[in-house]
Amino acid sequence: MVNTETLAVREQFESAAQQKEASTLGMWIFLVTEIMFFGGLFTAYTVYRSFFADVFAAASNTLSATIGGVNTAVLICSSFTMALAVRASQLGQRRALVWLLIATMFFGSIFLGVKAYEWNEKFEEHHVPGPSFHLEGERNQGQAQLFFSLYFAMTGLHAAHMVVGLALLAVMAYRAQVGRFGPDYYTPIDVTGLYWHFVDIIWIFLFPLLYLIGRHHTA
Amino acid sequence: MGSRLPLWPEQASTISAQVDHLYIFLLCITAFFTVLIFSAIFYFAIRYRRRSEAELPPPITGGTALEITWSVIPLGITMVMFVWGAKLYVEINRPPSDAVEIFVVGKQWMWKLQHPEGQREINELHIPLGRAVKLTMTSEDVIHSFYVPAFRTKQDALPGRYTTTWFKPTQVGKYHLFCAEYCGTKHSGMIGLIYVMQPEEYQAWLSGGTGEGSLAANGQKLFQELACSNCHRMDTQGRCPSLAGVFGSKVELAGGGTVTADAAYIRESILDPSAKIVKGFEPVMPTFQGLVTEEGLLQLIEYIKSLGPKPGAPLGAPRTTSMAATESGKR
Amino acid sequence: MITAAAEERVHYLNENYGIKSWLLTKDHKRIGLLYLATITLFFAIGGIFATLIRLELLTPMGDLVSSETYNKLFTMHGITMIFFFLVPSIPATLGNFFLPIMIGAKDLAFPKLNLLSWYLLVIGGIFALYAMLAGGVDTGWTFYVPYSSTFSNTYVVATAIGIFIAGFSSILTGLNFIVTVHQMRAPGMTWFRLPLFVWSHYATALIMVLGTPVLAISLVLVAVERLLHIGIFDPALGGDPVLFQHLFWFYSHPAVYIMVLPGMGVISELVSTFSRKQVFGYRFVAFASVAIAILGFLVWGHHMFVSGQSTYAGLVFSFLSFFVAIPSAVKVFNWTATLYKGSVSYATPMLYAFGFIGLFTMGGLTGLFVASLGVDVHVHDTYFVVAHFHYIMVGGTLMAYLGGLHYWWPKMTGRMYPEGWAKLSALVVFLGFNLTFFPQFVLGYLGMPRRYHVYPDEFQALHVLSTAGASVLAAGYIMPLIYFIWSLRYGPIAEDNPWGATGLEWKTASPPPTHNFEETPVVRHEAYDYAALAEEARVG
Repeated sequence: MVNTETLAVREQFESAAQQKEASTLGMWIFLVTEIMFFGGLFTAYTVYRSFFADVFAAASNTLSATIGGVNTAVLICSSFTMALAVRASQLGQRRALVWLLIATMFFGSIFLGVKAYEWNEKFEEHHVPGPSFHLEGERNQGQAQLFFSLYFAMTGLHAAHMVVGLALLAVMAYRAQVGRFGPDYYTPIDVTGLYWHFVDIIWIFLFPLLYLIGRHHTA
Repeated sequence: MGSRLPLWPEQASTISAQVDHLYIFLLCITAFFTVLIFSAIFYFAIRYRRRSEAELPPPITGGTALEITWSVIPLGITMVMFVWGAKLYVEINRPPSDAVEIFVVGKQWMWKLQHPEGQREINELHIPLGRAVKLTMTSEDVIHSFYVPAFRTKQDALPGRYTTTWFKPTQVGKYHLFCAEYCGTKHSGMIGLIYVMQPEEYQAWLSGGTGEGSLAANGQKLFQELACSNCHRMDTQGRCPSLAGVFGSKVELAGGGTVTADAAYIRESILDPSAKIVKGFEPVMPTFQGLVTEEGLLQLIEYIKSLGPKPGAPLGAPRTTSMAATESGKR
Repeated sequence: MITAAAEERVHYLNENYGIKSWLLTKDHKRIGLLYLATITLFFAIGGIFATLIRLELLTPMGDLVSSETYNKLFTMHGITMIFFFLVPSIPATLGNFFLPIMIGAKDLAFPKLNLLSWYLLVIGGIFALYAMLAGGVDTGWTFYVPYSSTFSNTYVVATAIGIFIAGFSSILTGLNFIVTVHQMRAPGMTWFRLPLFVWSHYATALIMVLGTPVLAISLVLVAVERLLHIGIFDPALGGDPVLFQHLFWFYSHPAVYIMVLPGMGVISELVSTFSRKQVFGYRFVAFASVAIAILGFLVWGHHMFVSGQSTYAGLVFSFLSFFVAIPSAVKVFNWTATLYKGSVSYATPMLYAFGFIGLFTMGGLTGLFVASLGVDVHVHDTYFVVAHFHYIMVGGTLMAYLGGLHYWWPKMTGRMYPEGWAKLSALVVFLGFNLTFFPQFVLGYLGMPRRYHVYPDEFQALHVLSTAGASVLAAGYIMPLIYFIWSLRYGPIAEDNPWGATGLEWKTASPPPTHNFEETPVVRHEAYDYAALAEEARVG
């Protein structure tokens, strides 16, 4: 197997260990910035939901909790395959690593496909904010539109991050295929995993906040 | 406003002098510490100036006692500043219950003011000396801010909401009114004058104005025009709650909970009636969003205030009826 | 000593030539110089806007430019100066150049990310400049809704994109600094041996990383509302314009600490070197930097005392705002105490340090006025606030930046600037600054609002004084521009350690080699140990 250690250590670092720690810390800090970035939207959501609780519940109930739930399961699977991929890279299992990365991309793509389907459904039901917005049976169209603005903004931002994640995974799968990683050097897989898990966790918060408002009241 | 260099704004309200006192206190502290630091630096820089390239100062690293002292003492001073400023702020935000209510609508780029008796003013406000005035304000478009330097008061006017401020003038004269929140092209043209007059002159001004009818009377007309009276009858036969005496009272809501019927509640009930349904009634009221202007809303609110006996509302509901009483007789 | 004349030696400036070697460099020192050129350009642009503003304000009437133009001028002045000059200034030039050297590293943790940061600032700047040239933006640098989201007819989205991109420049710089300080300190360089410049940049980096993303999302929401009219801040649809203010100030208050903390770090270095003494209360100064960063996130509502937020919120934010003043005061006292029994030199960098301490003290104390609820109701949105923040940003940060430039110029370029002209410039800047901004405190308390194109006659005298000061100040800035450039060719060759300073950067050549050190240094003593330095000089 190729000794990847000396190849991969950049000039500014004293050792591979230092490089690995630096890369990992760097990704963690980047994820903190992402939390702050999404945080603005979560803040807006919290404020408006507290103002307009009933309208938000009614709007939320038009989303399919089943589809959202399935998508959640799909994403959790993808995090599982990602974690396995990291493990495979640590153990030097090149083929497993490549397949697991592809599996992660597969699940991620399913998620995005389902999301595209959901958005299309919203479009057809006239739940997309804009001049043609209309939520049946709701007296307060403005406030309902606020819910959907937040829905599209938050799921859209999340989806954008997933697209970036898919691109990252593709690059990693290629590099894994040509043998760049091994037990001595798998940091890029590690930090890609961190990023992917973060995107997953954002969804874990989005799902109940957007899909499950007041569901325990409905039959 | 002559050609001499002005250095201090006039004090024309009950709060002005108090703000100035706090300001002077802050100035003194600032001056003290500024002089202290400037002098210390000046003195040390000269006393300990470098006399030779080889000199090596003693290795003084610090002193914890000193650090604590110059942390705790400034903290103590700032806490005094906080309490003083906070007390003033609370007073600035608490209009007295006998304040006359005047309504302000800001729009690009003018101030529209309405007296409860009906006088309308644009960019000007005439008020009598010695009587507290509470402004209830909103904006028709962007955020503006109602600022009278001589009174030391300022409050943003927001679209879609009411904000309030108050002042009690203590000096006759005319004072600048500025918009203090950037609002577009003619922001610096959105200025005016507050005229504080002797009570007799104020009465004269009031009665000399174009009798457009009081706000409440105009509100009553609007109430009829918009067909509110079809439902909100004075007896209890209508499908809607009677509005007699509702202003300032506690309203029980369907689904539990109560709300105090203040100006914001009335406004919301007209623009977004399904937000709060009164207990025992159906949600059948249509929305009047787009059918009534901000000024119309204020007139309707004044009309509703004038209905029925006034409870001892803790909301500072102004005594429009007593205002009418003082019009006819001297105080 | 001079390590072999600069012309004969290979160092970071002459190792490679050609435009590609600069535009594709990974060397933090070259990137620092790229930033230096870029932000100088933005400073000039922002300065032109300021000149036009002050010229217009000479007379009470709007006779120089129209109201639309004036509103664009103050908006673009604020945006250029804050996002494209002050925020990057010290960290991206002096920080990039010296943070790795000071900790004994060969470069930052992520050199390519560092280069990307510079490109992001440039690209963001291009968007903003495009917006300015195409017609301008007139929302104020604060972008309050609903004016910016619904009513303004100017290039809001393009400007927002520019600031958004520049924000990522800031985030990546902060990320780079944090990882570098954690992971790449040389052997023996413990946290409490770090120069205070590093501590303050670390604290700044924390704010950059935590605060800037919130600005980013705020601008995205304004842009989305403008483009798609979804009504997230539109009261007619139930939206809340004050929510924007909360989101905006959540970043923009800590941003002012991004702008001043690096300056404080520079001052610590200058005061120490030019007193030849360790900074008094080193640990207190270090912790004060971190305290400022943390407390700075808790006070944003003090920009909103009259916004319609509750009285209760006002009380909380005012209370916390007084707390954040204390660590700054502690620093000022510690710097002053450093002079005590020191060996004080009046070299130009020290003159700037004196200026900083004095003017930052004044600016910081006037912050207490605006933190004070009862007074702020009167002075909010008046020239009092304008004076307050210019005392800190210009009297503070900009003076620290100039002081730092003079201090490290010989190290960066291998040349000395002309000391006589430099001292004169420092004096001109100090006098011009005070004449410009002190009258504005008086104007503000009199009631002159901000962002006013025309104003009542009685305010004119003070405005004339202010404009007169601005012309003096401008001269004070043009002089260094000229003599710094002059010095590159004609300045005397600099020694490795012309100031007799401690710090790893002074142990390497002027200018340093590309990899900073011939061999990785090992740190054996505390920061600012002049006795050890004298000992080494005697032995060496």
